[in-house]
Amino acid sequence: MSTSVKAPVLRRKKPLRLRAGSAALTTITWVITLGFFFPVAWMVFTSFKTEKAAATFPPTFVTELTLDNFTKVLDRGFGDYLLNSLMASLGSTLIVLVLAIPAAYALSIRPIFKATDALFFFISTRFMPIAAAIIPIYLLLQTMGLLDNISALSVLYVGMNLPLAVWMMRSFFSEVPLEIVEAAQIDGAKFFTELFRVVMPLVAPGIAAAGLICFIFSWNEYFLANLLTSTYARTTPPFLGSFVDGRGQFLAVLSAAATLAVLPVVIAGWAAQKRLVRGLAMGAIK
Amino acid sequence: MTATLAESATPESGTPDLAPKRSRNKQKLVLSTSQRKGLRLSRALLWPALIVSIAVTQVPFLVTIFYSFQKWNLLRPGQREFAWFDNYVTVFTGGEFLSSLLATVVITGTSVVLSVVFGLILAVLLDRKFVGQGLARTLLITPFLMMPAAAALIWKWSMLDANVGMVNWGLSLIGLDAVQWNTNFPALTVIMVLTWQYTPFMMLILLAGLQSQPGEVLEAASVDGAGPVRRFFTMTLPHLRQYIELATLLGGIMLLQVFDPIAIMTRGTGGTKTLSYLLYERAFVGLEIGEAAAYGVITVLLTIIVATVALRLLFKIFSNEGTRS
Repeated sequence: MSTSVKAPVLRRKKPLRLRAGSAALTTITWVITLGFFFPVAWMVFTSFKTEKAAATFPPTFVTELTLDNFTKVLDRGFGDYLLNSLMASLGSTLIVLVLAIPAAYALSIRPIFKATDALFFFISTRFMPIAAAIIPIYLLLQTMGLLDNISALSVLYVGMNLPLAVWMMRSFFSEVPLEIVEAAQIDGAKFFTELFRVVMPLVAPGIAAAGLICFIFSWNEYFLANLLTSTYARTTPPFLGSFVDGRGQFLAVLSAAATLAVLPVVIAGWAAQKRLVRGLAMGAIK
Repeated sequence: MTATLAESATPESGTPDLAPKRSRNKQKLVLSTSQRKGLRLSRALLWPALIVSIAVTQVPFLVTIFYSFQKWNLLRPGQREFAWFDNYVTVFTGGEFLSSLLATVVITGTSVVLSVVFGLILAVLLDRKFVGQGLARTLLITPFLMMPAAAALIWKWSMLDANVGMVNWGLSLIGLDAVQWNTNFPALTVIMVLTWQYTPFMMLILLAGLQSQPGEVLEAASVDGAGPVRRFFTMTLPHLRQYIELATLLGGIMLLQVFDPIAIMTRGTGGTKTLSYLLYERAFVGLEIGEAAAYGVITVLLTIIVATVALRLLFKIFSNEGTRS
């Protein structure tokens, strides 16, 4: 990490032994990396195989590729489940942002009495096992006829993700120089002007990162979705979970379904990884 | 849960930099009109998030405590009555609790330790310039982004399957016999999947820690003749300590509630029936609301204990280091 300006000069002088060591470390790193990534790569590869090729042992690395599995999965109504997941995740993320932005703003830029207490309260609600709250929630939704309802699921995801979003955003908001806010106030900016015109543009990347993490957690959530939805509002994870009945050949179709299910989040996560990393690490550290 | 954790956590964590702020607030009890207005605005901004949070998580937990004192099976709705601690007695004498606690400790503990260790190794390996550094990091964070349900299925049927699994194929290449992973080592299969999923998370936190280390100090040590191994153990590791502890705490809390791989891969068989899975079974298969609620309360109490002990250790170390420097 110690990259000073002189580094290249120093590196050229490195003895052969050190350079060999460095190459060995790089090789080790890549072997481990590819090992970690292998299950994902294999899933994608299998999703293009025929069922027969997918069930061959020893595995075939060269085989004819097909799109049949994706067609089959979509024919089984997989698109509806993906759409349900999208609605629940997007809906809850939007509500989280609407609630978390003002809260994070209040906690970082306008510190109030017991700001730390409020913050720890938020964090600790995230620590509570959801199992401890699920029975009353289930019974209440059942009484109200809201089981198998996307909106009800979204509200629960809001409760699940809100603390995390506030926590992450607060650390981004705290980096806004107070002078800028004060200058805006002196210039006579009303509160909403100050928030939307001055502060939010500065923290937009942080807000995006927090929103993305909330989206990912909602998209991947299994426990609540499995219990609280059945037919109309079923999301992708519980459908995947019930996908395999253990009979016949299914590995290629399963891989196709899993590939479709993880694709949106993985691509979004890759695209935004710098912010994601910073958001997670800072949310965790600060 | 909340109140205890917040109260126990705040004093320690607040000591170094937040306590002065609070006493300053106390001195400023006489506020000007504009300050008063600002305070009211701040509270107004905070309340909506607080209320939603309380309504969705805290209120149901209070109701769970209430349910845990009731004799209540959904199959016999007419016979609901107040039963004091009967459910807790059932839980502790029923025989499933201890094995379930053991399963939780084994699965959570092993997965956390393994993913922190692998995360540390990967973070150190990634924290140097090499060909394709960015791509390697991108590939390494992918397991963390994978939907847990998809990951559990792929591992169960594609990686660890006894007949066509890639892991057994790998073993056969080096001359080892096929292993019936899911049948004979259910806890191990769950731990493998969890470790694979959480290692990237640990790696990200630890990598942030490594990159926050001032380079000049390391360079100075290197000039003074300290080798890379010595530098790592005497300087980098102590610097990383708080990051390691934080990763352990967060990982522990997340993994304590783990459910998906167990529901999908083993259905609680063979020493994988963790507390949260047992609660699910009691409530939604056995329809024993009171007993399941008691499990919920116990799970929360255990989480509080783990989190409080961990936080205390964590912040004691923080403040010690604060006074030393």
